[in-house]
Amino acid sequence: MKEKYQKEIDEIISRYPVKRSALIPLLYLAQQEHGYVTEAAMKEIAQLLRLTPPQVYETVTFYTVLNLKPVGKFHMQVCKSLMCALAGSDTLLGWIKTKLGIAPGESTPDGLFTLSAVECLASCGTAPMMQINDDYYEQLTEAKVDKILGDLKTSGTSDLKSGPYMWPLPVNAVRHEG
Amino acid sequence: MPKHELILLKNMSQPGYSGSLADYEATGGYQALRATLGKTAPADVTTAVRKSGLRGRGGAGFPTGVKWGFLPKDYQGPRYLCCNADESEPGTFKDRQLMERDPHQMLEGIVLACYAIGAESAYIYIRGEMVLGSKILERAIGEARAAGYIGNNILGTGIHVDVWVHRGAGAYICGEETALLESLEGKRGLPRIKPPFPATHGLYNKPTVVNNVETLANLPHILTRGAEWFAAIGSPPKSTGTRVFCVSGHVKRPGNYEVPMGVTFRELVYEHAGGMRSDKPIKAFIPGGASAPFLTPDHLDVKLDFESVAAAGSMLGSGGVTVMEEGTSMVWAALRLMEFFYHESCGKCSPCREGSSWLVQTMRRIMAKRGRMEDLETLLDLCKNIAGRTVCAFGDAEVAPIQSTLKYWRDEYVSLIREAEAADLIMPEAAGVRH
Repeated sequence: MKEKYQKEIDEIISRYPVKRSALIPLLYLAQQEHGYVTEAAMKEIAQLLRLTPPQVYETVTFYTVLNLKPVGKFHMQVCKSLMCALAGSDTLLGWIKTKLGIAPGESTPDGLFTLSAVECLASCGTAPMMQINDDYYEQLTEAKVDKILGDLKTSGTSDLKSGPYMWPLPVNAVRHEG
Repeated sequence: MPKHELILLKNMSQPGYSGSLADYEATGGYQALRATLGKTAPADVTTAVRKSGLRGRGGAGFPTGVKWGFLPKDYQGPRYLCCNADESEPGTFKDRQLMERDPHQMLEGIVLACYAIGAESAYIYIRGEMVLGSKILERAIGEARAAGYIGNNILGTGIHVDVWVHRGAGAYICGEETALLESLEGKRGLPRIKPPFPATHGLYNKPTVVNNVETLANLPHILTRGAEWFAAIGSPPKSTGTRVFCVSGHVKRPGNYEVPMGVTFRELVYEHAGGMRSDKPIKAFIPGGASAPFLTPDHLDVKLDFESVAAAGSMLGSGGVTVMEEGTSMVWAALRLMEFFYHESCGKCSPCREGSSWLVQTMRRIMAKRGRMEDLETLLDLCKNIAGRTVCAFGDAEVAPIQSTLKYWRDEYVSLIREAEAADLIMPEAAGVRH
């Protein structure tokens, strides 16, 4: 990691007067590389920040965004908190389970999709919603999910992903009913 | 047209507004910064903010100017500002909109706050999932730095303020200000015992202020239009200004609505959010995020300000209003929120760590029609032993859904348990194996 990202690593560490603050940003860098945080990466980061490997490990285990196990190419995280549940997230999760043939916590055999049921992601006004890798997908319907799954399989991305958030849209803007 | 004058959402409500620096400047952006830096004494900025009556928009509602005033005046070392953008309270989604649609508004607020408290470094702690938001903020910081609004010697005044985006990694508790500081220091996000408060021992043990996104976004407006102007909006003297309320649940038009504090829940739900989505009447609502106790339709005429909601037995909290229609099971709703708190308990304090697990187990048992009448007392007893016995306010928050639903909809719990008891009459052998 060190050779490949030397510039980024130096820049990240320079933001903080105390090196340890760079821990989560560096873990993100490691996760970006492999899809999860490997043991080797944790050891390397510990060395970079002059921490012990357990200090790195204890931090990683606290945070849900950091994965300690490999995940599929597309990590589908469906919100199951109350606000999304009121808008039908349970049915939606059931739909995705059937479409992918896996339960939350599992990955498809081809390694493409991992499904998770997660807690609130701050999109309750546009529920139900899910996050796939870095992108939010909101006001989901079964048809939208089908299109997203198809798009991801064919092109690796989907134009249904959210842009800068605003809801409701200004009155004179074009409004698509969810 | 909106019924009330928009302040924070005004720019982004203009057609074509992109949130770029050029767009922001065209609407008068960074004028407060130009007029204040080097021209108004930092102490006077704090005084103006105190006079405006601005209170924290993150949940606790602490007066912002007073918070700033707690920083030691004679301390020579570095001070820090942390912008709390860890928006994770279920039902709340306003900061995301403020950051992604008008990032410079909050950046101007951040620089003004740094100037007032004498900080040269600010960290925006944004929740880890908001990747888009963090990219937008980083781009905006780059624009502001290039234009001389952020960085060394801002606009030639000799003032330095640097701003960095720091992504959290998906822990609800990191919205608690001392847990946020721990997390920013690269540790597990466990809240600290207070005192000492962040004002004296904050980030890296240095004097620190932690302010919410919406709080900071208000600053340019207060300094441009005056503390008196701001103090007259809303429900003076204690709840001044507007708030961006997030309406979710069973309404026709969920979303963010900026209204002056003091309008009623009825206006927010029926006028702004368009009323109930189907013909069913409203059954319950949560007035201020998942940590706020549930209220009933009898409370619809309560005013949306800190004092009125507190007097009604709940709290205005983060401004997340979740509406539920008739037919929604309140036991189910409370269980959903309880599962959230169970998942998010950081594990530092035993009452919360163990108690949240017991509460979830008991609630699940009742929901699965395997409960017993004494479970209700167990629930209340557990709640009583968690609230007020933890390092942070999480303990008080996690018992709110159960306590309030038991208060107003006890009959729903009872009827689920009665069904369990009736089943026992048919299958007496099941009585001993209910766990």
